[in-house]
Amino acid sequence: MTVREVALEAYRESLPVLALSAVGGLFAGVVLGGMDAELQDVAGLLVLVPALLATRGNVYGSLGARLGSALHQGLIDPQFSFDDDRINAAVAAALANGVLISGVAAVMAVALLALVGRPSAPLTTLVAIALIAGFVSGLLLTIAVVSVVFVGYRRGLNPDTLAGPVVTTTGDVVGIATLLGATRLVLALGGWLSG
Amino acid sequence: MAEFASQWSVSGIVRTMFPILVVLTAIELGSGLVLDTFEGTLLQYPSLLVLVPVTIGMAGNLGSILAARFSTAFHLGLLSFSATDDRLAGNAIATVALAVTLFPLVGAGAWLLQTVIGGTALPLRTVVLVALVSGSLLAVLAIVVTTVTTYAAYRFELDPDDVVIPVVTNVCDVLGVVVLFGTVRVLV
Repeated sequence: MTVREVALEAYRESLPVLALSAVGGLFAGVVLGGMDAELQDVAGLLVLVPALLATRGNVYGSLGARLGSALHQGLIDPQFSFDDDRINAAVAAALANGVLISGVAAVMAVALLALVGRPSAPLTTLVAIALIAGFVSGLLLTIAVVSVVFVGYRRGLNPDTLAGPVVTTTGDVVGIATLLGATRLVLALGGWLSG
Repeated sequence: MAEFASQWSVSGIVRTMFPILVVLTAIELGSGLVLDTFEGTLLQYPSLLVLVPVTIGMAGNLGSILAARFSTAFHLGLLSFSATDDRLAGNAIATVALAVTLFPLVGAGAWLLQTVIGGTALPLRTVVLVALVSGSLLAVLAIVVTTVTTYAAYRFELDPDDVVIPVVTNVCDVLGVVVLFGTVRVLV
């Protein structure tokens, strides 16, 4: 293949996936753009944004890859039920990883901000926001990944090429939207407890 | 059988993945800190805030697609690490072309959505220019990072599928924020 042929093939194959994830990213951006009040109220929240978004991709992208490989190997069937120990373990592990790392990210963010002498909201506030957002986004992304991989596989599509774009498009939107919801909930609870 | 048990047990999966997640999170928090230092500018111009997730995501995606293509070519024995390698050059050109096609549209989209929802303080031209300049720089950086990481995996005899994609995706995420910060500093 010549350079031109390689470049054209790579361009054509990648453009749809990238365009799709750009649309997802823009919608996530609109939610983030509307979060200015919360970002001002909770110092340090913006520090968590890249880490939490990347976590969604790393954890639930890996769940999709694991389920895709297992379907190819015939280890699991594309059936929605709570009877399959392998599927249950993969989902439970992804949720555990997703929630735990969100809490750890909040603790590390507060430590980092203290280290460089920048303002930060109380540790409990950021940890509570991260854990709630981590749990809710985990549930939603698990449903999205399992559904798309199973339904796609039953229709004869390759789950390996489905899971990545689904996670990158829905991950950002779900990640930011749950962060906004969790922040509002924690601020409301904090106001209620102190007031 | 032991290997099977650990591959499909909750504790096995958590034990394998969690340390990697902690390292990746530490890297991502670095870019979070950069965002935090220009929070003032971002809150002043919400159309730039709209650009944040999409720039991070596109940078990571450009890198991960390139990394996946390099890994496959590498496994098939089709890749050599020289500037005259057709596959290396072709994929690099495609990455720049993809960035130059999509980033101006992303900038225009961010401006349009923010104008419809809350009104914008920045002209369309500025937002499109910020997106285009950031995107072009990120494409070049994604090529460098992916080539270096794939070459390192090859030298250390690691499977590029396991190593290169997470490293490249997360490093490009961070670069996405840093480049956006630099571009905004210069242009806005």
